Amino acid sequence: MDISQYLEIFIDETKEHLQSLSSQLLILETEPENVETINEIFRAAHSLKGMAGTMGYKRMQRLTHDMENVFSEIRNGNMKVTANLVDVLFKGLDALETYLSNIQESADEGTNDYEDIIKQLNTILNVGLGKVTETEVPKAEVTKIVSDPTVTESTQMKFKNIKLLDYEKRAIQKANEIGMNAYGITVYIQEYCILKSARAFLVFKALESLGEVIKSLPDTQDIEDEKFDLDFSVILLTKESLDKVKEEVMRVSEVKNVMIDKVDLTSEDDSNEESDSKATDEQEMEQSTASAAVKSSNSSANNNSSKQTAKPVVNRSVRVDIEKLDILMNLVSELIIAKNGLVSISTSDNSNKNESGFNEQIEYLERVTTNLHESVMKVRMVPIESVTNRFPRMIRDLSKKLNKKMELYISGEETELDRTVIDEIGDPLMHLLRNAADHGLESNSERVANDKPEVGSIYLEAYQDGNNVVIEVRDDGAGINVEKVKKKALKTGSITQEQADSMSEKEVIDLLFRPSFSTAEVISDVSGRGVGLDVVKTKIEALGGDIEAKTKLGEGSTFIIRLPLTLAIIQALMVELGSEKYAIPLGSIQTIEDVSQADIKYVHSKEVINLRGSVIPLIRLDKVLDVEEKQEQSDNLTVVIIAKGDRLAGLVIDNLIGQQEIVIKSIGKYINNNKIIGGATILGDGEVALILDVNTLV
Amino acid sequence: MEANSNIIDGKQYIVVKLGNEQYGIDINFVDNIVRMQRITRVPKAQHYFKGVINLRGEIIPVMSIRLKFGLEEDNITNATRIIIIKFDAGSAVGIIVDEVKEVVTLEESNISKINSELGDKSGFLNGIGKHGDDLISLLNISSVIIEKESN
Repeated sequence: MDISQYLEIFIDETKEHLQSLSSQLLILETEPENVETINEIFRAAHSLKGMAGTMGYKRMQRLTHDMENVFSEIRNGNMKVTANLVDVLFKGLDALETYLSNIQESADEGTNDYEDIIKQLNTILNVGLGKVTETEVPKAEVTKIVSDPTVTESTQMKFKNIKLLDYEKRAIQKANEIGMNAYGITVYIQEYCILKSARAFLVFKALESLGEVIKSLPDTQDIEDEKFDLDFSVILLTKESLDKVKEEVMRVSEVKNVMIDKVDLTSEDDSNEESDSKATDEQEMEQSTASAAVKSSNSSANNNSSKQTAKPVVNRSVRVDIEKLDILMNLVSELIIAKNGLVSISTSDNSNKNESGFNEQIEYLERVTTNLHESVMKVRMVPIESVTNRFPRMIRDLSKKLNKKMELYISGEETELDRTVIDEIGDPLMHLLRNAADHGLESNSERVANDKPEVGSIYLEAYQDGNNVVIEVRDDGAGINVEKVKKKALKTGSITQEQADSMSEKEVIDLLFRPSFSTAEVISDVSGRGVGLDVVKTKIEALGGDIEAKTKLGEGSTFIIRLPLTLAIIQALMVELGSEKYAIPLGSIQTIEDVSQADIKYVHSKEVINLRGSVIPLIRLDKVLDVEEKQEQSDNLTVVIIAKGDRLAGLVIDNLIGQQEIVIKSIGKYINNNKIIGGATILGDGEVALILDVNTLV
Repeated sequence: MEANSNIIDGKQYIVVKLGNEQYGIDINFVDNIVRMQRITRVPKAQHYFKGVINLRGEIIPVMSIRLKFGLEEDNITNATRIIIIKFDAGSAVGIIVDEVKEVVTLEESNISKINSELGDKSGFLNGIGKHGDDLISLLNISSVIIEKESN
């Protein structure tokens, strides 16, 4: 069956289930008795298992199966949720995520079996069900290993009991002559396996792809009818090596063990000793297989890392609400109607009526295109939740790792951002949260000593502000020690003593965003290598946004990220400076004022105006942009008041043209513009107008 | 086109004039040649970038090769053209030239390496081509577009 067409759906749904598992597990950790959560977890695990099975991802299926077993027992009230259990389950989730990312890269789940996790799960299951006490488990394992393995091995090789008929012996001989080997194989299936015959069928299928099965015990009919216990034996003729055959069989899920050896016709009736020594060979063989398996998993890990750069097999997609699509469809039909209206006007002769009808149609068309733009943009919008929902888990892990108690509060997850922005914003946010957890928050004892609540708080808040989306990462930790930053900067030679003396607090904090600047004395696992904040800054600027930091010593620090809501089309105010036209994004404009020359005051020899109680600095745009000065100076200035967060500035311009919807285009990488110009747009008459990035002006 | 140039075993160059000198631009880099049109100034840009133009809905930065070479300002005439260079995938740059003359095919044997005594412009050149009695300076497009000005 060709399942590749379902791959995208599988990946999407698996992501959803994993996410739900992760968040529900977090709840479960704090409320171990929450029945609803347990049910939810069980459902998610169950669907995951089913989907993985359908898609043929055996390893993934096996792992989810074992996890599901544990959930099932918890649901039935047979065992309790423990901290250890949650840890193991989280490990399992990580393993599943690794599978998923492998699948996403290469449509293959990879070769890692995560035996350790499966073992831990089963141990927990046994302990939880009271079958074994915890102390007994390792002991039992030890005794098993100590007890003479050769004996168990040889008794486990049940295929030795197969009585070969004459013609079968001849077949084996003949096979040996043409370079094929005859292997005896005994397959053990897991005790909990429900569809034993199905497993056996898969084993047979695997074997038949390698060679020919000439005999089985019990016979095939019985195996099909499930008339066997937990093991069955076959004789296989193949050219493949023992290891390869064994590997193939082990790949079938729910196979517990495989015993395999060459069938030696001469030794059929030989003494026990021989089989003993053979069994030791077998033992060695198995060890070598094991090491080979480790090697192969290592190499596959290498493969995976090299695959990272390759193009993922799955396209990027957005799930769209059907309602949004309906709206789009409606708008397109309206667009067609509008076009038809224009066509009929142009073909009709009545010139008098033409004029008004034409304008009417244009207005109609304008309305439709505006709506269409809005709707298309909405389709691209994704709630920020899809990024933030993995953070609670991360903070939980960090809390354990750093041994600090902390709590993450997220608000505004429903705030929507463009899909491309959402894809990129995850890493920077993660950096900031790690910073907050590692550097921001003090240790618990320090907090108590400073009269703060023992548990540290980290806040992640998202909200919309005009044409921007603002994301704040805040902590109630120690804050940034400005003096320490200064000292560090002096030491590394980033600034001179004079600079240090004259720097404002904000300027000092901005030093943190310089490359390779870290104030942490000790480099930890989590952060402190100084590659953090400048990477964050570069990334966010690449998205057309900016970042700033605020801090109060002893009370915590806040990082504020400002991102553009949309990337392609914006509403802008067109203004004139001399003979040049510029666009100012409407989202950052507060008001437009008429200011008379007499109202301009001077503070620190800079021009300011006093507008309804607030002092606003004036920016002469013509000076900033080197526009040729006008001859006559009028008494009244037109000032556009722009805002960036809570900071305001007044841009002095010559003329207002009006509001317009503009398409943002890049001006290319070769031309250098000090970031004042955010892009360019083409006006109705084909002329190019530059778009001002007001954030760099304020 | 490629097959064609293989047959005649040489490279094709567009010959342009800057003042009295002739320059050759490898035809593989040339996307388009357009007439002089209105250029929108970009503030704070490098002085040799005249601004940006709108070429069928695309915004393309335009540089003055004269200013980059340290020659006097362009004298815009009816013959002035903007040559649109597509250097690497996606990004295009326009360069202003006084006149576009012809397309010539130069064989390897007709191209001589430049000697460094020719002055500070030499970094922008790949070699000198001989075509009949004319000498054509062959532009090294990547250094013209990317490199900083000479001095």
